[in-house]
Amino acid sequence: MSDLRTELKQSIIEQLNLEELELADIDNDQPLFGDGLGLDSIDVLELIVMLEKDYGIKLTDPEQGKEIFASIDKMAEFIEANRTK
Amino acid sequence: MKNKRLYINGISSISAQLGNEVFEGIVTTYHQNIIPAVSQNYKEFIEPMALRRMSRGIKMGITAAKIALNEAGINKPEAIITGTGEGCKQDTDKFLEAILNQDEKLLTPTAFIQSTHNTIGGQLAQNLDCTGYNVTYTQNSASFESALIDVQLLFLEQPDLNSVLVGGVDELSEKTTLFMFLDKQLKEKEISNLDLLIKDSPGTITSEGAHFFSISTEKSDKTYAELIDVLVFHAKTSEDVSEKILKWLQLNNYTIQDIDLVILGNNGDNRFDYFYHHLQNGLFSEKAQLAYKHLTGDYKTVSGYAFWLACKLFKTGSTPEILKLNAVTCQNPKIILIYNQYLGENHSIMILNSN
Amino acid sequence: MNKGIVVTGMGIISALGNSVAENFSALTAGKTGLSYPEFFQTNHSNLPVGEVKFSNEELAGKLNLHEDHIFTRATLFGTIAAKQAIFQASLSKDDLKETGFISGTSVGGMDATEKYYQEYEEKTGQRRFIQAQHPGFTTSQIASYLKLGGYVTTISTACSSSANAIMLGARLIKTGKLKRVVVGGTDCLTKFTLNGFNSLMILSEEFCKAFDDSRNGLNLGEGAAYLVLEADDVLNGKPVLGRILGYGNANDAFHQTASSETGQGAFLAIKKALEIAGLPPEKIDYINAHGTATKNNDLSESTAFLRIFGENVPDFSSTKAFTGHTLAASGGMEAVFSLLALQNDQIFPNLNFEIPMRETGLKPVSELKKKKLLHILSNSFGFGGNCTSLIFSKNEE
Repeated sequence: MSDLRTELKQSIIEQLNLEELELADIDNDQPLFGDGLGLDSIDVLELIVMLEKDYGIKLTDPEQGKEIFASIDKMAEFIEANRTK
Repeated sequence: MKNKRLYINGISSISAQLGNEVFEGIVTTYHQNIIPAVSQNYKEFIEPMALRRMSRGIKMGITAAKIALNEAGINKPEAIITGTGEGCKQDTDKFLEAILNQDEKLLTPTAFIQSTHNTIGGQLAQNLDCTGYNVTYTQNSASFESALIDVQLLFLEQPDLNSVLVGGVDELSEKTTLFMFLDKQLKEKEISNLDLLIKDSPGTITSEGAHFFSISTEKSDKTYAELIDVLVFHAKTSEDVSEKILKWLQLNNYTIQDIDLVILGNNGDNRFDYFYHHLQNGLFSEKAQLAYKHLTGDYKTVSGYAFWLACKLFKTGSTPEILKLNAVTCQNPKIILIYNQYLGENHSIMILNSN
Repeated sequence: MNKGIVVTGMGIISALGNSVAENFSALTAGKTGLSYPEFFQTNHSNLPVGEVKFSNEELAGKLNLHEDHIFTRATLFGTIAAKQAIFQASLSKDDLKETGFISGTSVGGMDATEKYYQEYEEKTGQRRFIQAQHPGFTTSQIASYLKLGGYVTTISTACSSSANAIMLGARLIKTGKLKRVVVGGTDCLTKFTLNGFNSLMILSEEFCKAFDDSRNGLNLGEGAAYLVLEADDVLNGKPVLGRILGYGNANDAFHQTASSETGQGAFLAIKKALEIAGLPPEKIDYINAHGTATKNNDLSESTAFLRIFGENVPDFSSTKAFTGHTLAASGGMEAVFSLLALQNDQIFPNLNFEIPMRETGLKPVSELKKKKLLHILSNSFGFGGNCTSLIFSKNEE
């Protein structure tokens, strides 16, 4: 598991108040929204802020969020390609 | 239009006291002026993905609401009316601090969304899948009473309504509750809650809680009491209060003789408790007089506890010693009057009739 | 027969001006009140807002308040607007003693709280504003200043607050609980709400375009508006500005901040209002929409329109590009605008509209339109799924 993916899992657990979850509970390719982890549109907004704060990527359209945050793998790919921090 | 007869069929209380223990003679004591409510098993009532975002007020509100509904055997009420004096303060503090500390940058929405006063009412609607009438009242210490007045109106307008959920919630928060202390609303020194009504000093103690009730026009063997009437009014002097009470009793075809027991909102603040003392020595001198804020602290919707207490008193027939303000006793009260005010404002009266 | 509840007075202060006449003037001229923050301190000075162009000092001056007053900005707005309404309704001192006051607000005194939050602990100078944070305080201050002695209460249901206040007032009169009541709401611009909405990514950096396919968010506004409602039997020949014929409140029960795709809450609220009014949908001549110009609201609201009105959606417009979205005050302001529309048989335009939404093809009224108006539907939808609809009708002699 790459450091970025671990970092992201930690961030998600903290940022989204998923206190019951451990790092091992989230698979890299598991869908985070809908039937997967069950995140919703408010979580998208939270993650958008995290993207800017931690990786310097500014998303202006929340609609993009659901795709980019579809899974830990997808998030990591997007960040690796676009990070400025 | 005459008021429909309204019955209280489900009740709940989350406060600084543990459930029904006060009726078993068990009272939790504290030596602090800001008292948290007793923790509940919120997971039993709220699913984890929703629970994770909730402040204590929302958790207490939803839990208390579900307990009351379960007791009344109602799956989905037809209306939800909530009162809260200070709303979701924990999230308000959180979001405001983020704004001030981060200079309006990189702010996340959850605390903001959860901070609006009607979050509890909104979450209840979502949780219970209730699309019916839904309003939140925020009139300081008359918030719960305002909600009850709306319940009365609803049943008056829609006689076929089955049941309405009504309740009051307020929570503590680190900063905004501290501000109450800075504003001299709280005792300057920490005291034991049991001494609240014997100290001669300004200020009171505060806490948090949620009290919900399921109200219907249908009476059953679960029914605790009948809600007769609710009034919220202005008063400059304690004579004004006595006058108002008498006039209003008359309007409801009652005399002072009909009242068996009164529950008063004495909160130990020597600047304002005279409103209660005047009634204790005057209009209510021959009635069994009870107080409760030494058990629960004072907060904007604490009169919900008094309402709950009245329901329990009707059911049990006897009165815990710890509540008594005077030596007049009353077994099996038939009519209970509840009077409250805070800082001399938002005076309110509620009358309940035994089933 | 349901005659509806009489309106005998109105008052308003908004980005369009400090009187009903000034607001009407701007509405008919198609002149927006949107601008950029001037009195309101924020780092987001690039965001358009519907700011009331008076400082707190100027507003306090209008009310002859002493230096140590505890009137937060929303309280100042509310007092000024309610005072106008009471004046128009010619309420006497005795009338006021029994007149109720139902006010909606979402921020209460938050403008003061955010200013003094970090100094309350160390300094004592501004602690008199501590109680002012909470909504009930704003309401009590206004009631006290205006000597309103009847039932006083506050409703906080976000953007539907003052619409719910109007609805409650109408119901209190209809059920005989009150003879007279002042109803409406007030809110001011705050860092709290501006940053709150910004964090939800629903603010636009342009002047908002309600119901337009390329709409991208709302602009916040501030102000207050109140109506005086009276029972028919205490009118004594007073001029009637209009009547509240119907009202409906429902909850979307879908999501805390977003509206359902089917616009269920809106649909139910409109339906209930029509039922109370005893009107079939085709009797509605104009809808003053909630129309915040967010992607979500306008689609949801339009869907509700189609469900209620089918192919015959009446003329509709959102006036939020004039005033900004004034949160709790919006229902009250739009009530005043609806009554002005009725009195003048004019529909105020939905500014900045160009292209209809691809999902519905619906086109709002985008230029001032003369039309005989008998019944107007006004919508206010708030966070927490709180949906309220009001129906205003011309007073038929």
